[in-house]
Amino acid sequence: MGLALLLALLLLAGLSIYFFPAHNWWLPAAASSTAHATDAQFFRSYLIMGVIFVAAQVALGLVAWHFSRRRATPASNSHGHNGLELLWTVLTAVLFLGLQATGHPIWAAERFDLPEGTATDSNHADAIQVEATGVQFAWYFRYPGPGAKFGHTDPKQIDASQGGESALGLDATDPAAKDDVVTGEMYLPVDRDVDLNLRAQDVIHSFFVPNMRFKQDAVPGLRIRARLHPTVIGTYEIACAELCGLGHYKMHAKLHVVSQQEFDQWLAGKEADKQ
Amino acid sequence: MPRSSYTTDGPTVPPDLGYGGGDNSGDGPNLPNYRERLRRCRVGLVVGLAPIVMLFVAFTSAYLIRQNTGQWDPHSSAYINDWVPVRLPMLLLGVNTLILLLSSVSMELARRQVMRESLLAPLANIPGIKTDEVTSFPWLSVTAILGIAFLAGQYLAWQALAARGFYLASGPSSQFVYILTGAHAVHLLGGVIALLFALRAAWSHQPIPSRRIAVDISAWYWHFMGVLWVYIFALLYFLK
Amino acid sequence: MISNPRPDSPTTNAARTSFWRRYVFSTDHKVIGLQYIALALVAVFVGMALSLLMRIHLILPGAILPLFGEIKPEQYLALMTMHGTIMVFFVLTTAPQSGFGNYILPLQIGAPDMAFPRLNMASFWTTFLAFLVLLAAFFVTGGAPGVGWTAYPPLSAIIGAAPGNGLGMDLWIASIALFCAGSLMGAINFITTVLDMRARGMTMMRLPLTVWGWLTTAAIALLAFGVLLAAGILLLFDRRLGTSFFVPGGLVISGEPNPHSGGSPILWQHLFWFFGHPEVYIAILPIMGIASQIISTFSRKPIFGYKAMVSALLAIGFLGFIVWGHHMFMSGMSPYSAFVFSLLTMVIGVPSAIKTFNWIGTMWGGKLRLEPPMLYAIGFVSFFVSGGVTGPILAQPAMDTHLHDTAFVVGHFHIIMGVATVFGMFAALTFWFPKMFGRHMSGSLSRLHFWITFIGAYCIFMPMHWLGMAGEPRRYSQLTELDYLKPLMGIQQFITIAAAVTIAAQFIFLFNLLWSLWRGKKETNPNPWKCTTLEWTTSNPPPHDNFGGIVPVVHHGPYEYSVPGATKDFVMQTEPVTTMPASN
Ligand code: HEA
Ligand code: HEA
Ligand code: CUA
Ligand SMILES: [Cu+2]
Repeated sequence: MGLALLLALLLLAGLSIYFFPAHNWWLPAAASSTAHATDAQFFRSYLIMGVIFVAAQVALGLVAWHFSRRRATPASNSHGHNGLELLWTVLTAVLFLGLQATGHPIWAAERFDLPEGTATDSNHADAIQVEATGVQFAWYFRYPGPGAKFGHTDPKQIDASQGGESALGLDATDPAAKDDVVTGEMYLPVDRDVDLNLRAQDVIHSFFVPNMRFKQDAVPGLRIRARLHPTVIGTYEIACAELCGLGHYKMHAKLHVVSQQEFDQWLAGKEADKQ
Repeated sequence: MPRSSYTTDGPTVPPDLGYGGGDNSGDGPNLPNYRERLRRCRVGLVVGLAPIVMLFVAFTSAYLIRQNTGQWDPHSSAYINDWVPVRLPMLLLGVNTLILLLSSVSMELARRQVMRESLLAPLANIPGIKTDEVTSFPWLSVTAILGIAFLAGQYLAWQALAARGFYLASGPSSQFVYILTGAHAVHLLGGVIALLFALRAAWSHQPIPSRRIAVDISAWYWHFMGVLWVYIFALLYFLK
Repeated sequence: MISNPRPDSPTTNAARTSFWRRYVFSTDHKVIGLQYIALALVAVFVGMALSLLMRIHLILPGAILPLFGEIKPEQYLALMTMHGTIMVFFVLTTAPQSGFGNYILPLQIGAPDMAFPRLNMASFWTTFLAFLVLLAAFFVTGGAPGVGWTAYPPLSAIIGAAPGNGLGMDLWIASIALFCAGSLMGAINFITTVLDMRARGMTMMRLPLTVWGWLTTAAIALLAFGVLLAAGILLLFDRRLGTSFFVPGGLVISGEPNPHSGGSPILWQHLFWFFGHPEVYIAILPIMGIASQIISTFSRKPIFGYKAMVSALLAIGFLGFIVWGHHMFMSGMSPYSAFVFSLLTMVIGVPSAIKTFNWIGTMWGGKLRLEPPMLYAIGFVSFFVSGGVTGPILAQPAMDTHLHDTAFVVGHFHIIMGVATVFGMFAALTFWFPKMFGRHMSGSLSRLHFWITFIGAYCIFMPMHWLGMAGEPRRYSQLTELDYLKPLMGIQQFITIAAAVTIAAQFIFLFNLLWSLWRGKKETNPNPWKCTTLEWTTSNPPPHDNFGGIVPVVHHGPYEYSVPGATKDFVMQTEPVTTMPASN
């Protein structure tokens, strides 16, 4: 029985070790600046926790096997060893806190001290503003247009059946709203900071782009901001990652990361349609 | 390597300090004596107050968070807070507070009284001599009545609030007033019921000890309810 | 709060010969403990059935199941919510604490019963009622709620926002409220009993680690459930009385403008997780105690670092209250507080690691007897590590940004909570079965069950980590909509098959349990495992007053195994010191 346990735990450890480099199923292709940093941190985390995991499982197996065979020799009466306790307390503390420290910069870069990013805003001139709004069960994306200012929205004017602007209840009387572009698919220029504004109209949704290693809940009553930086041209899936009701599983949208001029053309086209 | 506990423990059986881990067997191992039971019930009560405290801690933190966080207003593109201070019926609540504090006093008197009775208890067993409660002043009943008066007072306070246009669902602040006062009222009602039990114990000539325990426990619970109310009142008044 | 101050004396109680008094409305902690375990058993099989339906639906959406018909997406969400609720509350919070705790704790501290037997009985029947109320949600119009066991508003607060959000959701809240009340009564009893009713000589530092586990858990429950109760009340008010604690203004739900104004959805998450995280430790701390007890006994070796184990328990219990934010990194709360919660969460990994080390350290240099309880205990440690190591990964906001609400989280908590804890229950049951019923559970059946469940559970839940890495979100009633999920269907099928096998294997366990009750190998020896704690000094099963009128007196610590120079390889806590060598 002891041997069986050892083998089972060795198998467990072995398989885990195998799947780690095998990458049969792994993180989807990275497509944003944070994604690359995140993957590096993933690797560190898996390495450290993996070593701990394997060490623990193998140790467990060996002990179970070895000490269940000794029939003759009596067990020791050891009540513990303070030195050892101290050792592994400090060891794990250092490991875990070290992990936290190495992972922290990524988080800070994505979320900390985001200046109100309007394109005219000097200290943040380069950021392009997008607002993503979660609605049961669809995503709407809004671009402030040349005016670089989002127009008001008004719940009373919301009419989902019309889709587009009226689905967000865009207030036509507001001058700033005149040049707002509302779409069902998200377009972003590559290699540019994105100042993302997340909102929700009914319940909590969550804006999840696996390829960007990015996720953030969209909460009704809040406007949540985060910074994104796409690095690879392509089309990606935006999923909803917070249970939002019956259609949760089919609430998704496409994210097109395109070259700057493609983006400008697309936006200009939208503006044109609007007039 | 530390040596095994039975050698490091010093004396293997500590002296009986009258708490758990000491000798708990009172009148036989299974029906502990009066002292044991009183202490046990008091421990139980103190422990039992913890979740009540947590309940109100939760309400309080909700109150403070709600008071200080705004909501994103898509029209003005800013966070706005719709908090409006509730105008409390101060006089009415003041009177209620007074009643509750008085009831705490009478409760304490009742507790002391039963304590004394339990000293005279042995006499009661001698035929001929009869110490019945009627002669002694009915503090317990007084407390119960004051308690009910307080609850009635709270009901009036709610009506006064409604008269000023503060309904349960009429705003961010008033809903908390109703929740906090309501939850307290429910717990106090529990106290009143406990008192009625204690009274029944008194009338149905139960053995003095268990009667005293019933009164003692209800008393501490009652005092706690008084303190809790003062806290709630202060919260609603100072942090409108 | 007030209970009848007079504990039932055995004489009056034994006189109550009526079946109802004895086995149904009994105030005997042993009967109540068994009632809790039975409740958990029923609950766990219901929960497993639901999980099987979910798994089948995930690989065969739209399939017509015999005697159930087609599972529609809304039904999937209902199954999921009920599965989570039943498993977390009515399995993990009942059996390890209220079940085994009720039965064993008074025995282990040498007390005749719990401090407040009537409160104890009330506690069980309240919990039982809560279970019925929850199940009722399946049968009301609109069906069971589909908002997840975390019931985030506004989804859970607005009747029209989700399927099953009508009466079903109200029943869910009512059930949780009742459950809180029941658990609080239990916690009061546990704490008072340990503080006040320990036998002579049973100092705190002589308590078996099981008792420490139950005590810590009771303390956690005492502080956590009050908050959940508060949150539940506020949610119910929002749903039915038009208040706006959690629901902000200006919402438009399926075209309908919503009357609420100004509430904060995140407030609910704070209240819920302030309870929710401690809750997961409520589930596992008793099991940690039980594992320590069993590992020490079957290694014939004192527990490695008794004081460290106790401190670790207390540390986990305390830290458990200040890490709740790690469930909310993505919730929209301040990213700065996310950083703090992340740090604290990392810290809480340390005491857990200490315990793991000490379990292995206890077995090291021991003389292992791999009886079923020990097997299950070793299984527990293995699963605890496997589920635990993913914790510090999730605890980093940067990692959690990708992993939050994906199958990775589902894998994490099933392995550490759904399986590790459950293995602890298997260990406990096989360990104390002889004490409870005077019979042994069949060893060979237990081993068979152990191996299938051990391998099966890993096969179910390990692959979920890869699904999560690939970005499969949780709570998707169908995985057919997202393109990047399509290639993963193979893993889904593998998981479902593994689940079916594992769940089938639980009937081996059930059969073993029932069969052994009547046909199991008789055990008259009060101490078949050669264990040192007090429950093994009395008959199987113990008499009504536990020790037949004798008041046990305790002379030393709980884990005196293989004491050099002692006559046997274990020294009961009750053995007078004279039978011991003066020192070693
Ligand atoms: C019993 C239940 C239980 C336990 C014990 C834990 C333990 C831990 N959990 Fe888990 N958790 C859950 C149940 C549990 N969890 C549940 C139910 C959820 C999801 C809720 C929901 O959303 O539905 C969840 C979700 C969850 C999240 C949120 C994920 C998300 O939603 O995005 C996080 C994030 O930090 C987390 C972290 C941790 C950590 C750090 C621990 C730590 O305590 C882990 C500590 C253990 C270890 C670190 C391993 C120790 C062993 C070693 C270190 C080996 C050393 C030995 C050698 C090297 C020889 N958990
Ligand atoms: C104790 C907790 C527990 C347990 C045991 C299980 C067991 C199982 N769970 Fe569950 N599960 C949860 C807790 C648990 N789950 C929670 C909290 C959620 C989240 C819900 C939500 O998102 O809101 C969830 C969600 C969940 C999902 C995700 C739904 C989704 O996000 O889309 C899935 C999908 O496969 C799943 C599957 C399973 C399977 C196949 C089992 C199998 O049944 C595993 C086989 C079962 C066992 C090995 C246990 C047998 C135990 C006994 C027989 C013990 C009896 C002994 C005594 C009582 C003494 N569960
Ligand atoms: Cu929107 Cu899930
Ligand atoms: Cu947690």
